[in-house]
Amino acid sequence: MSRQSQQQHRTPIRHIDNTVEVKSKFEAEYRRFGLKRNGFGGFQEFYHLLQNIHHIHGVEVLLEYADIHGDLLPINNDENFHKAVSSANPVLRIIITKKEGDSVVYTTNSLQRRRKGLGLTGLRPAGSGSIHSKNKSGLMIGPPQDFRQISSIIDVDILPESYRRVRLHKYGSKKPLGFYIRDGVSVRVTPQGVEKVPGVFISRLVRGGLAESTGLLAVNDEILEVNGIDLTGKSLDQVTDMMVANSHNLIVTVKPANQRNNVAPRGSKNSMGHSGSVGSGGSIGSALSHDSPSPASQSNPITASSSIAEGDSYEEDDDGDVILENDCLSPNKYYPVTNSNSSTLNRDSPHKGQHSAIPQSVSMPNSLGTSLSHSSTMMSHHNGGSTHSVSSSQESMKEDGNVITL
Amino acid sequence: MKRFRRHGTESQRDRLKQELFQFTKTVEHGFPHQPSALGYSSSLQLMAIGTRSGAIKLYGAPGVEFMGLHDENAAVTQVFFMPHQVELVTLLDDNSLHMWTLRSHKGLSELLEIGRFLLTGPPGAPPSVTRVTSVLTHSSGELLLLGTEGGHVFIVEVPGFRELEEMNISLDQITSCVPDDYVGRRNLEHVEALQENPINSNQVAIGYGRGLMVIWDLNHRCAIRHIPATQQLESMWWTENGSCILSSHSDGSYCCWTLRTGDKKEEEEKSNIPYGHFPCKAINKIVQLPTAGGPPFLLFSGGMPRASYGDRHCITVIYSKTQVAFDFTSRIIDFFVIRDGPHHTGEPSALVVLVEEELVVIDLQTEGWPVIQTPYLVPLHSSAITCSYHVSAIPLKLWERIIAAGVVQNTQYSKKLWPITGGQNLAPDPPQRDLLLTGHEDGTVRFWDASGVCLYPLYKLSTAAVFNADADLNDNMSQSAEGEWPPFRKVGCFDPYSDDPRLGIQKIHLCKYSGYLTVAGTAGQILMLELNDEAAEQTVEAKVVDLLQGQEGFRWKGHTQLDVREEPVLFPPGFQPFTVVQCQPPAVVTALNLHSEWKLVAFGTSHGFGVYDYLQKNTVLVKCTLNPSDQLAMEGPLSRVKSIKKSLRQSFRRIRRSRVSLRKHHISNTNKIQEANARLEAELAEMELAPVQRKIEARSSDDSFTGLVRILCFADTFLSDSSHNTPSLWAGTNGGTVFAYILYIPPVEHRADEALTAQPAKEIQLMHRAPVVGIVVLDGHGAPLPEPLETAHDLARSPDLLGSHHVLVISEEQFKVFTLPKLSSKMKLKLTAVDGSRVRRVGVAWFGSSRTEDYGESGLVFLTNQGDVHVLSLPHIKMQIRYPCIRREDVSGIASCVFTKQGQGFYLMSPSEFERFSLSTRYLVEPRCLVEAPLPPVFSNQHQPKLEGASSALRCTQDTEDPESAARRVMEHALLNDEKVLQEIQKSLEGDQTAFPENNVKSAVA
Repeated sequence: MSRQSQQQHRTPIRHIDNTVEVKSKFEAEYRRFGLKRNGFGGFQEFYHLLQNIHHIHGVEVLLEYADIHGDLLPINNDENFHKAVSSANPVLRIIITKKEGDSVVYTTNSLQRRRKGLGLTGLRPAGSGSIHSKNKSGLMIGPPQDFRQISSIIDVDILPESYRRVRLHKYGSKKPLGFYIRDGVSVRVTPQGVEKVPGVFISRLVRGGLAESTGLLAVNDEILEVNGIDLTGKSLDQVTDMMVANSHNLIVTVKPANQRNNVAPRGSKNSMGHSGSVGSGGSIGSALSHDSPSPASQSNPITASSSIAEGDSYEEDDDGDVILENDCLSPNKYYPVTNSNSSTLNRDSPHKGQHSAIPQSVSMPNSLGTSLSHSSTMMSHHNGGSTHSVSSSQESMKEDGNVITL
Repeated sequence: MKRFRRHGTESQRDRLKQELFQFTKTVEHGFPHQPSALGYSSSLQLMAIGTRSGAIKLYGAPGVEFMGLHDENAAVTQVFFMPHQVELVTLLDDNSLHMWTLRSHKGLSELLEIGRFLLTGPPGAPPSVTRVTSVLTHSSGELLLLGTEGGHVFIVEVPGFRELEEMNISLDQITSCVPDDYVGRRNLEHVEALQENPINSNQVAIGYGRGLMVIWDLNHRCAIRHIPATQQLESMWWTENGSCILSSHSDGSYCCWTLRTGDKKEEEEKSNIPYGHFPCKAINKIVQLPTAGGPPFLLFSGGMPRASYGDRHCITVIYSKTQVAFDFTSRIIDFFVIRDGPHHTGEPSALVVLVEEELVVIDLQTEGWPVIQTPYLVPLHSSAITCSYHVSAIPLKLWERIIAAGVVQNTQYSKKLWPITGGQNLAPDPPQRDLLLTGHEDGTVRFWDASGVCLYPLYKLSTAAVFNADADLNDNMSQSAEGEWPPFRKVGCFDPYSDDPRLGIQKIHLCKYSGYLTVAGTAGQILMLELNDEAAEQTVEAKVVDLLQGQEGFRWKGHTQLDVREEPVLFPPGFQPFTVVQCQPPAVVTALNLHSEWKLVAFGTSHGFGVYDYLQKNTVLVKCTLNPSDQLAMEGPLSRVKSIKKSLRQSFRRIRRSRVSLRKHHISNTNKIQEANARLEAELAEMELAPVQRKIEARSSDDSFTGLVRILCFADTFLSDSSHNTPSLWAGTNGGTVFAYILYIPPVEHRADEALTAQPAKEIQLMHRAPVVGIVVLDGHGAPLPEPLETAHDLARSPDLLGSHHVLVISEEQFKVFTLPKLSSKMKLKLTAVDGSRVRRVGVAWFGSSRTEDYGESGLVFLTNQGDVHVLSLPHIKMQIRYPCIRREDVSGIASCVFTKQGQGFYLMSPSEFERFSLSTRYLVEPRCLVEAPLPPVFSNQHQPKLEGASSALRCTQDTEDPESAARRVMEHALLNDEKVLQEIQKSLEGDQTAFPENNVKSAVA
């Protein structure tokens, strides 16, 4: 809400003159400056420029920029610097951070999550400081910085070892999640004995789909939870709807049909060997073979675990709704409109036949890949025939309460 | 502020919730699905209907109704009231007998099952021996005679169902005394009918399937007479004076057998085939009733000439020279005749016929035997219901005008009052007038009085007259020509055959203040209608609106648009159409809204939406929402193949789950699809059960029907800036998009001539892309905006236009509040992501506290695809309550649900019945009625007045007692209270004794 005043800066940007507007942030400070689109050199030059602008000479920093999908990507060589400049539309948003041992994972919505102070569970500095302190050597251990994460196994240390919690990151990309589920029968060990209960299983993986490409899910894996919610008693249709509703940030807890590749929690190597030796016969066999020390926690391993308490980490904010403001643009083609009662911003704009001069603002709180292309098609729609105005006017970012601003 | 609430306020809130919300299923409106049995008690004046799903429903005076359900999932095949008692006996398909009673509790009666019984034969006997085929409730009120398939008659004492083995009438006993010359004596077959001698309760007639009838003396346990009919017996009737037995037979004949005293030989007076010459169908039931000093009434069902009229469902009534064959719309289940007089033994006054799809009551005392309009059990589905719409608190003026329009339509009905008058309706008068409007497949809209327990038809609007329909609109085709034989007369209103499916009504919106109505149909037609008290001849102006807006590459493969009549049409008083908008392509209208203050109607289809100014007769806005790659939406209405596939999947799922469910529901409207489904189902059932698979994929803009408009809403709110409120239109699509338009409406003085404009203002693309099913604009106090004209009529406080408005967007998956005008997300509630259910139906309701009169709050009511109803608080969208309401397999029930503004709701529990439920503690419409135990039988007239006196003295005390034998109660009461009354009763009972010198059945029983 402190950014309210910036609302007034919503002026149309023309980049006919080939300058790129750069907005960089270091800690709490912002700087805005222009950059010649092709007259600028390489990464080192830019690096020093930023150090100058922010007066942080001698501080080792990491540069990151927000790409069109809202993802934070690194700038550490000429190539990705040029990519960053060319993809700026029109503002190039730079985030400068002090270089530390702590590695950063680039992923969907990483920008937002960081702002909220939520990292991925396993990588949260506060939660797992001990691990990171070991890694604070010169050698960087962590995900490669030039890649996006598409999936991860999480909560290994709090789940029973026969379970696996997998997070799938659905990007704006066209790549489908690519799996099917079915009804089935699962065998559970309860204090009363073995019990057959209905369960939901993965029935098919689509070739080339996200689920298959992760290698973390397989046919006949039993699905136990979706985004932290236990599926006991839910019908196949309900589970389907839940997974679709969470498809942008899907976390499924499965009991893999193949128990040989389980990730053992630290300090429990024995039981890993145990399950590895027996657990090969599908979910039923593995469930029987898995006798963890305490039957109480076995009976309800998931809800007993502490990870639900930090449910926030699953509750990925998907306020990704795209809001278009067609402020006084594109009167209905068939019924001429007078703009007298339109937005105050454009009160001074001439009334009729001036489509191209009127800016249209787009707010993209959490821009997905599709959102921009989608919105631009939509806007060309609104403009009726006058498509030429789109390129010049669409790109002013509205800075809203839940919008990314830099 | 809500965020930092303390625990104390939480428990306070819980207490408040209990005062505000409460879920009850209150009453079932309409006609029972698949009725299978009919019973009537003349002493209670109550009618009982049993259904194939095991339900039993009792009806008396309007508002008096009871409902019970057998635990067994078996059809009710027969229903009998115990004579002069509040008990009734039902026979089920599974051969079990059940005893029900009406028990008083806190001044109200309730229907309770008090006993069950399964007839057991001797060990090793085949099941047919004990398979009950006919039941006689003996007038003593203590015996049940059960005729079986094996030909035996078992006698059981009730209540308590004690078998009286020594009294049983075995087949051997009968055959041993059958005359040797009777051809069928070796195999008498099952017991087809049992009748008691009306003047001698010791004698019963046993009719066997083969034709033989035997009169049996219960006292002496011997056969008295044999009536050697040789045709297959269908039914038997003992005339009231006991002198004759009528038998009806499978060849369409009936015979009258005179029982002469002293003479052992019976005489077949006449065998009559009423519709003779050619082979006829069976006469299923025959009834003869005397009139004072005139010829008797003869009524029988069936008996039609097999070849020419074998498919008709007829009941013939013959009185003197008059004979009418009432031709019903569906199969006859059963019928009975109501008689006049204080003890209902006088002149026949009304014929009550239960057919498969409706109840028809015919006035037998008015010339021409007109039909009496039924106050309940009205067939809602006379044409299949396609949509429903509820309007609360109708202003009296409009109410009266609608009733007046309806009265003009109902001149053909008898003026006679409803003849079934049992019980007292103790429900308070409804607090307001509510209308339920149902749209039907044949293009009609029916207006129902939904204020009380009886869903009463008020008025019927037909939209077919606006269009050049192929079929003849004249209903009088069925009028019989002079001298036609049989003398048919069509009765009943069930007519499921639609002339043109395009006429089907899909959406309705009524403005209760202005009397404007808009209805929209299957072929993209939107009619604007105005209430007019006079008949008027006028031309309906047609306007075609192209929703595609020049989209290329489009080929509509669906139905063509309706052809509007160009010449003036005479419209009767009532709602008269003045404009029709036709969407092009003529896809089904999926969203409709009317703003009577701005005189605008908004409509949407799968291709886009538009706004029409019905004052200037001009289109204000057209917007195409179609995704150019969406072939399915482009080509036509959800193509047959797809819908069959879908319903197949649903019915398939239903099969697997229906083992536990009680009622079967069929969703498809047309018989054609049903047949196809049944065929495919059968084929599939043969195949191995392949596991059901579901694809997990995020929704995308390329999905089908993303452009389908689900909701349209008008609001006067802040769309452009936070200081000026403007009229606006909101539209939500299947693809999770919300469009908001600013409407410019000229000031009132220029409203008719200045142009209206609409300009796009905002657009929200929900990231999860789930269909938008509701949009509610909340004012500065967080209250929903009032309806148009509501504040103008001083019926609602004006909305707060100073504070900041919010818009609540309801998608199938989540609820989201955005600020206005900035549209920043403020609050949200996820539903699907958390529990896997999705929003199907949504409404805003006001809940009053049951404790204090002056506290109440608005809530958002919604129904999920799991069949649960929820209430959310407004404006904070917090879950308040949740109740299971409809079975989740009941897809059509869930789709048909409507909510009222007072927190009630209706859904179709079968094609012909609305279930009414309430979420509110304050507004409940449920039957509250009392049925008193009838007086002991009185047969001799001289004791009648005395008993009447006694009864009036007793009536007030009976309310709180448990119903037992009426006579005993009277006695007890008398003993305790009044010596004089006692004497009177004693006398009257003695009178009964003398009237029945042989009435010692009781002693035989003991």
